[in-house]
Amino acid sequence: MKELIKSLVEAFGPSGSEDRVRDLIAAEVGKVAREVRTDALGNLIATVGSKGAGGRRVMLAAHMDEIGIVVSHIDAKGFVRFGGVGGVFRLALIGSRVRFADGRIGVIGSEQKRVEGDLPRLDQLFIDVGAKDRDSAPVKVGDVACFDRPFVDLGGRLVAKAMDDRIGCAVLVQVLKELGETPHEVHFVFTVQEEVGLRGAQTSAYGIDAELAIAVDVTTTGDTPEARTMAVSLGSGPAVKVKDRGMLSHPGVRRWLVETAEREGIPYQLEVLEAGTTDAAVMQTTRAGVPAGVLSIPTRYVHTPSEMVDYEDVLGAVRLLVAALRGPAEIG
Amino acid sequence: MLLRELVEADGVSGCEKAVRDILIKAIEDRADEYRIDALGNLIAVKYRRSRSGAGVAKVMVAAHMDEVGLMVTKVERDGFIRFAPVGGVDPRVVVAKVVRIGEERIPGVIGVKPVHLLEPGERDRVLKFEQLAIDAGMSGEEAQRRVRPGMYASFATAFELLDEGGLRTVKGKAFDDRAGCAVLAELLAESYPFDLYAAFTVQEEVGLRGARVAAYAVEPDVAFVLEGTVCDDSPKEKDTSPTTRLGAGPALTVMDRSVICDRRLVQLLISEAEAQGIPFQVKQPGIGGTDAGAIHVQRDGIPCAVVAVPARYIHSPVSVMSLNDFENTVRLMRGTLQRLQGGLEL
Repeated sequence: MKELIKSLVEAFGPSGSEDRVRDLIAAEVGKVAREVRTDALGNLIATVGSKGAGGRRVMLAAHMDEIGIVVSHIDAKGFVRFGGVGGVFRLALIGSRVRFADGRIGVIGSEQKRVEGDLPRLDQLFIDVGAKDRDSAPVKVGDVACFDRPFVDLGGRLVAKAMDDRIGCAVLVQVLKELGETPHEVHFVFTVQEEVGLRGAQTSAYGIDAELAIAVDVTTTGDTPEARTMAVSLGSGPAVKVKDRGMLSHPGVRRWLVETAEREGIPYQLEVLEAGTTDAAVMQTTRAGVPAGVLSIPTRYVHTPSEMVDYEDVLGAVRLLVAALRGPAEIG
Repeated sequence: MLLRELVEADGVSGCEKAVRDILIKAIEDRADEYRIDALGNLIAVKYRRSRSGAGVAKVMVAAHMDEVGLMVTKVERDGFIRFAPVGGVDPRVVVAKVVRIGEERIPGVIGVKPVHLLEPGERDRVLKFEQLAIDAGMSGEEAQRRVRPGMYASFATAFELLDEGGLRTVKGKAFDDRAGCAVLAELLAESYPFDLYAAFTVQEEVGLRGARVAAYAVEPDVAFVLEGTVCDDSPKEKDTSPTTRLGAGPALTVMDRSVICDRRLVQLLISEAEAQGIPFQVKQPGIGGTDAGAIHVQRDGIPCAVVAVPARYIHSPVSVMSLNDFENTVRLMRGTLQRLQGGLEL
C-alpha cells in the first residue's frame, strides 16, 4: 500500500485542481468497482455492492484536494504575490518550495523590512520563480501551486505533503479492493474542495442520498513536545471521532465502529477534536439528514509540507472499515 | 438607458420590487416567459431555438437586484432617525450623504458635526452607525408619523456620464450589481442553443439567499454569475495587485472566498475573449464572494463561472465604471453562451 500512498501524496491537487489525483484513483478503482463516475463538481464516485438484507446505501468519503497557494500578482521584477487556497500556515511557508501544475518550482521568500521577530503576514511573502521581470515570469494570476516535497518512508512512520487527505483516499482505495461481499450499496466518494469549505462533499452527499455516511480524514495529535492537550497519538490505531468543531458523530455509527474494532482486535482511539472539521459535517446535514461518523488517521504537523502518519494506523483503518462493511450496520 | 433606470431605482436587500418592476418591463418582450418566486427572484426563460442541441440543456445566468443600504431602527422623539447597515457598508462613507427613505422616497441627510465643533482627537475617530442619524428635516411628530422602524433608506445618487471619450466612465450607485442585471437583460435579446434561465436574484448582499433557492428550483447544468466587482486601481505604495483595473475589460474570477470557478468555463470565456479580441482580466483571487458561492453547491453540484464589470468605490454612495467594460461584458457573454453548443467536454 506504500506505493499507492506515495503516488497519491506526491500528485498535484490543490482545491479545484484535483484532476490528476482523480485520474490516479480512477485507474486504481476502475477494475474493481461496479460503476465509476465523475460528477458536476469533479467528485469521483466508485460504487460496489447492492443493498441486501440489513444493507444500507453507504457513502464513504475522503477528499482529494490539498491546501495550496494561488497567484494574485506578479510584480515588475517577476516576484509572485499569492493568497492561500485553504488553511495555509504562514509558519510553514518561509523557505518552502511550491510546485505549479506544469511542474515549475518556486521558492517562498519574505520581505525583510518588517518588525523583527514577528511572523510575516501572507501579503509580506512572495514566491521567487527565478524570473528576471514580469514578462519572463512563467506563471500568471490565478495559477495555483501545492507544496513540493517528496514522500519519505521512515519505517513505521510515513511523511509527505498532502497526507491530508490522500491518506484517506489511499485507505478508501484499499478498502474497495479488499471488501469483497457486502450487504450494502457502497459509494466510495473521492471529494473535491474540502479545504475551502467541504464543497464537493455537500453536493455528492446530496446526489447519493445515503442512509449512512463515513468520512475518512486526518486528525491532529497531542503526542508531540508541548502539544495542546488531545488524547490522540500516532501508532495507537485509527481514531473514531466523537466530535469536532463542525459535527457530533452519530452515536450509533460511533458505537458500530468501536464494536467492530473490539470484535476484530484492532487498536483504536476516540477522538475529540476542538478545531477543524471534515466532509462528514455536511454529509450529516444533507437533505433530511444522514447518520454520519468519521474514522480519522492521526497525523502530526497537519497543513505543513511534512505531515506524518503511522503506517499501522493506516492498515488498522483499512481493516476496521472492511470488517464493518462486510456485516450489517447496527447503528440503531 | 436601462442601466440608468436601474441604478437610479432603490432596491436594498429584501426590498427589490422597484428594480424588479423595471426589469420586467425591459425583458417581458424578450423572454418566452417569466415568474417571480417565493423570495422575490425574477426568473425569465428563453427557450432554445431548436430542440436538436446536444450537450448542455439548461443554463442559468444570475445577477442580483439588491444593493447595500440602510434600515431605520428607531425614530427619536426629536425626529432624528437611527439606522443600521444592510449588507457590507463602511461607516466612514455614509457621513454627510443624502438618502431616500422608504417607498415614498422621503429625502434626508446623514448628519455630521461641523468641523468648528470637533474636539481634538475626534477627527481621527470613525463614527459608529449607532452614533449617526438621518435628518429628514421634520419635526419629531412628523418624522414619527411618516418614518417607521424597518423602512429602508438608499443613497440618493444620480447617474451621470463623466467622460464621453476614452474610458466612457459613468458614475452612480449600485453598479454592484445593476451592471450585471443590465448585462443579463441584454443577453435575453438573443436565443441560444440551450434554454436560458435569467435569474435576477434578491438578497445577495446579506448572504446569497435568493440565488440559493433560484438555483435549487432551476436545476441548471451550468451557471454564470454576472457582477459589478471591486476595482481598486489607484496607485499603491507597493507593487501589489489591484483587484481589477477600470477599462481593462470584463473580470473573470478564478477563485474567491465563496467559489472556485469551473476551470472549463473559465477557459471557455478566455478562448472566446481571445477569438473576438475582447480585452479581459483575471480578478485577483481570494477577494469577496458572489451568488456563485451558493449556486455551485446546490443539489448535486453546478459548474459555475463569474464575469464582472469592474466598478470603483462599490458599496458606497457613488461608484464609477466604464461603459466599455460594460459593453465588452455583454459581447463576451453572448459569444461564450453561443459556444456552449457542444457541451462541457474539454
